[in-house]
Amino acid sequence: MNLRRRKKDLTFWERIYIPEIIKGLALTLRTMFKPKFTVEYPEVKFIPPASYRGRPVLVMEENGKERCVACGLCARVCPPLAIEVQAAETQDEKERYPVKFEINMIRCIFCGFCEEVCPEEAIVMSKDYELSFSSREEALYGKDKLLTPIKQVQDRIDFLRHYK
Amino acid sequence: MPKFVLDGIEIEFTQGQTIMEAAKAKGITIPHFCWHPELSISGNCRVCLVEVEKMPKLVIACSTLASDGMVVFADSDKAVSARNAVMEFLLINHPLDCPICDEAGECKLQDYAYSHSTGESRFVEEKVHKPKRVPLGPRVMFDAERCISCSRCIRFCDEIAKDPELTFVKRGDRVTIETYPGRELDNPYSMNVVDICPVGALTSRDFRFKARVWELSSTKSVCYGCARGCNTEIWVRNNEVLRLTPRYNKDVNSYWMCDHGRINTFKFVNDPSRVDGPFMRHNDNLIRAGWDEALSKAVSVLKHYTKEEIGFIASPYATCEDNFLFAQFAKNVIGSKHIDFMRHYDHSFGDDFLKQDDISPNSKGVELVGAVPGKGGLNFDGIMAAIKSGRIKALYILEDDIVSANPEFGKILSKLDLLIVHATNFNKTTDLAEFVFPASTYTARNGIFVNFQGRAQRIRPAASTIEQDRSLDGMSLSRLDKFGTQYDSWATGNKRDARSSWKILQALMQLYGIKQKYSLAEDVFLDIAKNIKTFHGLNYEIIGDQGSLLNLVVPETAVKV
Ligand code: SF4
Ligand code: SF4
Ligand code: SF4
Ligand code: SF4
Repeated sequence: MNLRRRKKDLTFWERIYIPEIIKGLALTLRTMFKPKFTVEYPEVKFIPPASYRGRPVLVMEENGKERCVACGLCARVCPPLAIEVQAAETQDEKERYPVKFEINMIRCIFCGFCEEVCPEEAIVMSKDYELSFSSREEALYGKDKLLTPIKQVQDRIDFLRHYK
Repeated sequence: MPKFVLDGIEIEFTQGQTIMEAAKAKGITIPHFCWHPELSISGNCRVCLVEVEKMPKLVIACSTLASDGMVVFADSDKAVSARNAVMEFLLINHPLDCPICDEAGECKLQDYAYSHSTGESRFVEEKVHKPKRVPLGPRVMFDAERCISCSRCIRFCDEIAKDPELTFVKRGDRVTIETYPGRELDNPYSMNVVDICPVGALTSRDFRFKARVWELSSTKSVCYGCARGCNTEIWVRNNEVLRLTPRYNKDVNSYWMCDHGRINTFKFVNDPSRVDGPFMRHNDNLIRAGWDEALSKAVSVLKHYTKEEIGFIASPYATCEDNFLFAQFAKNVIGSKHIDFMRHYDHSFGDDFLKQDDISPNSKGVELVGAVPGKGGLNFDGIMAAIKSGRIKALYILEDDIVSANPEFGKILSKLDLLIVHATNFNKTTDLAEFVFPASTYTARNGIFVNFQGRAQRIRPAASTIEQDRSLDGMSLSRLDKFGTQYDSWATGNKRDARSSWKILQALMQLYGIKQKYSLAEDVFLDIAKNIKTFHGLNYEIIGDQGSLLNLVVPETAVKV
């Protein structure tokens, strides 16, 4: 292919550099007047689109309960074994619910498999990417941190229904 | 022998065998739901349809007798499409609630839906709804929607438990299972219907929703509930025993076990009352001590008594290995002849099927390994009387809560100067003890139990103690065990500082200056096999999964260590 040319065969104009430098400077100048895409994080927060995979969260229905039926499929599919689910019986129609649902955010790799496998649309990837911990224990996200009102994740659910 | 051909494979059979049975004997499984080797043939699930040459219609393999020269196809186009159709039919009204169904992962319907169904349903109408969560009895829950009407549960109650309690009611797609009016499913073997139900219609109320089966490891073991020693699987997650299920052994328990054995023989393993580390008494309280401290203190206290003043109570709840070493310790190290064990009989427990009046798993084994009185030694009652009269001042009890078994012994034992106990849990006997050594439970050790038939059977470690490492010790591993680290609470739970009794006894004997050479339970057993005629020629491998029937001769005792 053009490997040979790339190695040594520069043209005369390329070899004297001046036009190339001018080309570069022109590009820089043009970009200076174009609209900006950079977000000045953390002063300004980046709000990702629905296709973004932030930390997984549990969907909380309008009645304040989780959708999850503690089937354990997400825990089974999770490649780094980040999820721990303990089921228990409830008198609600769904029969079982998770008494314990814990995601170890040190283990999670944001692959989204849990969301994909969930038969109940109960776990979805959120837009939250701000995760920092100072101890292992802090990285264990229980139901208190995972449960998210359905309104906040509605656009992700719509996205999934459309593209999954 | 007559032969027939199944999918090109020649199968020999004996006259009277069905196609299904003959194929199974050859190791080929024809798909089936309602057929069960120990139950009568009902032939109502239709999934075992096969094509037989020269027969106009498909036949069901479970009830068609094999005949010489028959040519059978289970994978011809006709058979396969019939199977697909039956699967589609069974799934028409099936709720597909696998995510909340406890059977998921070990469900025949789920498996066959993958292997024998087209994966598409053409049924768009509303499914029939039926009651869910119906308690059929104290231990079994029923979900009518999931039932595929195979009638295995009904036939089990009629034929095996011999206590007809269940029946079909209604017809067509409304058909469901009910108990007879005024009855509930509460026979002593009722939970076996949970195992044989091919779907999640019948679930164990004890195990329901506790865990997903794919999170559990399973280990072959033996039930602890009575002298039959039904073969079991112990299911463990995170070192916690969650359920027991029966394991096939044609000579002991077939496919079954009793409800008592299934739910009452593992709860103590997970209980907070477990003894965690050695304990010594300090001013009325048992205080946790280090191993070296407790062992050397026990030896120095024991040395204050003459051999006539020390009695030994062996245990039908401990393994042959433990009792063998206990007998060596008593007879050869201390020199006492006063060693016996307490027999635990409950005449209301036994029946004419599996359950035995002897409610301990290893009393035969204790006798065989010689943990019985030496010449001129006192038997159990004699030891108790001697404690009462003050002749015996110190008592060493191996893993038996004799005070709970008979509260009268509480008064007698409180007369003692010294009581040393090996125990898995704190109990009424340890309340009186000066030294309590933590024995690991039968779910955490290797060893041999001898059942009432004289069959030596292996138990294996399923839940681990602090000194065991699941992978290094060759224990069965669940996925969680394989990948968990020290930082994961789901892989590091419930480990206790407990040891097999023979290990504790060996450490004591070492302090008496005896050089021991055992590093594994099997080493102890090989010594038993060498020294006691009944066990000659046996080792763990020979005993294997199904046990070995011992050649019962009069037990020989007294071996020099
Ligand atoms: S996103 Fe992937 S790694 Fe994270 S919890 Fe879900 S399955 Fe596990
Ligand atoms: S897959 Fe969905 S329903 Fe099942 S345990 Fe996970 S979040 Fe709950
Ligand atoms: S409850 Fe289970 S075993 Fe009984 S008929 Fe229904 S599917 Fe068969
Ligand atoms: S019959 Fe005895 S050995 Fe069998 S399960 Fe019941 S208690 Fe256990």
